[in-house]
Amino acid sequence: MSSRVFPKRKLIFTVVGWLIGITLFFPIIWTILTSFKTEGTAIAMPPKFLFFDWTLENYFEVQDRSNYLQHAMNSVVISLGSTGLGLLVAMPAAWAMAFSPTKHTKNVLMWMLSTKMLPPVGVLVPIYLLFRDFDLLDTRLGMVVVLMLMNLPIIVWMLYTYFKEIPGEILEAARMDGATIGKEIIYVLAPMAVPGIASTLLLNVILAWNESFWTLNLTVTDAAPLTAFIASYSSPEGLFWAKLSAASTLAIAPILVMGWFSQKQLVRGLTFGAVK
Amino acid sequence: MATLHTRSLARVMISPAVLILLVWMIIPLAMTLYFSLLRYNLLMPGLEEFTGLANYEFFLTDPAFVDSLVNTLLLVGGVLVVTVIGGTLLALLLDQPSWGRGIVRLLVIAPFFVMPTVSALVWKNMFMHSVNGLFTWIAHSLGFEPIDWLAEFPLFSITMIVAWGWLPFATLIILTALQSLDQSQKEAAELDGAGPISVFAYITLPHLTRALTVVVLIETIFLLSVFAEILVTTNGGPGTESTNISYLIYAQALLQFDVGAASAGGIVAILLANIVAIFLIRMIGRNLG
Repeated sequence: MSSRVFPKRKLIFTVVGWLIGITLFFPIIWTILTSFKTEGTAIAMPPKFLFFDWTLENYFEVQDRSNYLQHAMNSVVISLGSTGLGLLVAMPAAWAMAFSPTKHTKNVLMWMLSTKMLPPVGVLVPIYLLFRDFDLLDTRLGMVVVLMLMNLPIIVWMLYTYFKEIPGEILEAARMDGATIGKEIIYVLAPMAVPGIASTLLLNVILAWNESFWTLNLTVTDAAPLTAFIASYSSPEGLFWAKLSAASTLAIAPILVMGWFSQKQLVRGLTFGAVK
Repeated sequence: MATLHTRSLARVMISPAVLILLVWMIIPLAMTLYFSLLRYNLLMPGLEEFTGLANYEFFLTDPAFVDSLVNTLLLVGGVLVVTVIGGTLLALLLDQPSWGRGIVRLLVIAPFFVMPTVSALVWKNMFMHSVNGLFTWIAHSLGFEPIDWLAEFPLFSITMIVAWGWLPFATLIILTALQSLDQSQKEAAELDGAGPISVFAYITLPHLTRALTVVVLIETIFLLSVFAEILVTTNGGPGTESTNISYLIYAQALLQFDVGAASAGGIVAILLANIVAIFLIRMIGRNLG
């Protein structure tokens, strides 16, 4: 059909597409708008859409109510820490499976995937008790470890599918030219592996940032990341919609931008390479 | 050349990941299994004793279990229906040429990146609130009686909140699959006089089968474990109307401190998830070749 474009048809698809897109995105727009209202304006009926006195006070109050920066820092440390640690463990494994596969490689991969299918609630009790006994409840270290374990199968899988695409012949060519193993890795393999590693990092930071089972069950205040901090707004306290919106905007903005950049990798990562 | 040397090196490189996952899987699982056979309540330390299958009997005959099982199925099923049908339609739309398609795509996938606690609280308060919510305002404007969504239709409301987050996932995967469809096949069918509906039914849909299956299976795995959305909106209530299996086990464990019953519930949840997991793993394994 690409040879013949019907302008009328294209116009209809454009209008419908934008209408649906804006509708689906609207809760996010509404959250952002509400974050700039006063608490009184936030609950106004009829609602005020654009014409109200814009204010930044909520963003300051969020910090006063509870140490917002600490929770944001927890989110950063936990998501980056768990992903970094995961990459450290997963990289050699994925590398070995991609470049010197054995007859067990497929089974190992499938088994790793199957651990991801374990519903977290099935091991809530023992993990909670172990954390209590080892003083890991409400600690960043504990959360880094748990989220690393949760995402390790995805990290191994994503890296594996990326590494698998690096042609093995290129190694042989480099070797023929007299490259040592060290040079081979630095000059040949690393540049080809970096994009895959970066996408894996990106997607897993997003997943860890939004993880809301373990973060809600194993943290209280000290190590509570933004997911748990936002959940504290579930017990009403007078007027709080504008503050909730400001806190929410700050919590989702960075990850939304990262998500937009990683949309291609998202499909691959979340389907374990089944859809590319 | 896989020499003996590289093969043993490969084993050394793989073992940390395997060992860590093995420990992570076996120790908690063994503990859950062990606790599920004990009478064990955190409020009564030191009184643990072996009770055989009593916890399973207690958990499975609890009326809340049947309610939560039904709710789990309704929640998973509801979200699947909305996201698979909606996602297919949306993907077909986004596959058509239009102005600003790239931006619309960004708008559509955005909800996937919103953390569950944020989306649940935003929907609960700013949209579904019975006095000041936007839905209430819309109902008033159109002359309808406003609805207190989370009190009157708690499970339905949670289903919609969760579906909003997963619709982008389904759309994105189906769209990716659509874009790998061979256009010449479609054009040939159209030349032969096939209308858009038969093209969809006989060419597009069969091509999408695989992507749709992946969407259904992966969403099911995640949706069986929906938790945060329930915790921050209804706490499973009123009564058990919006309690799913995950939430029920959480309540047994961390609200009633009944480690034994919660562990029995955990084993039940694992068995349920495994039914789905077997299909998913087989399918991905076949793809691995």
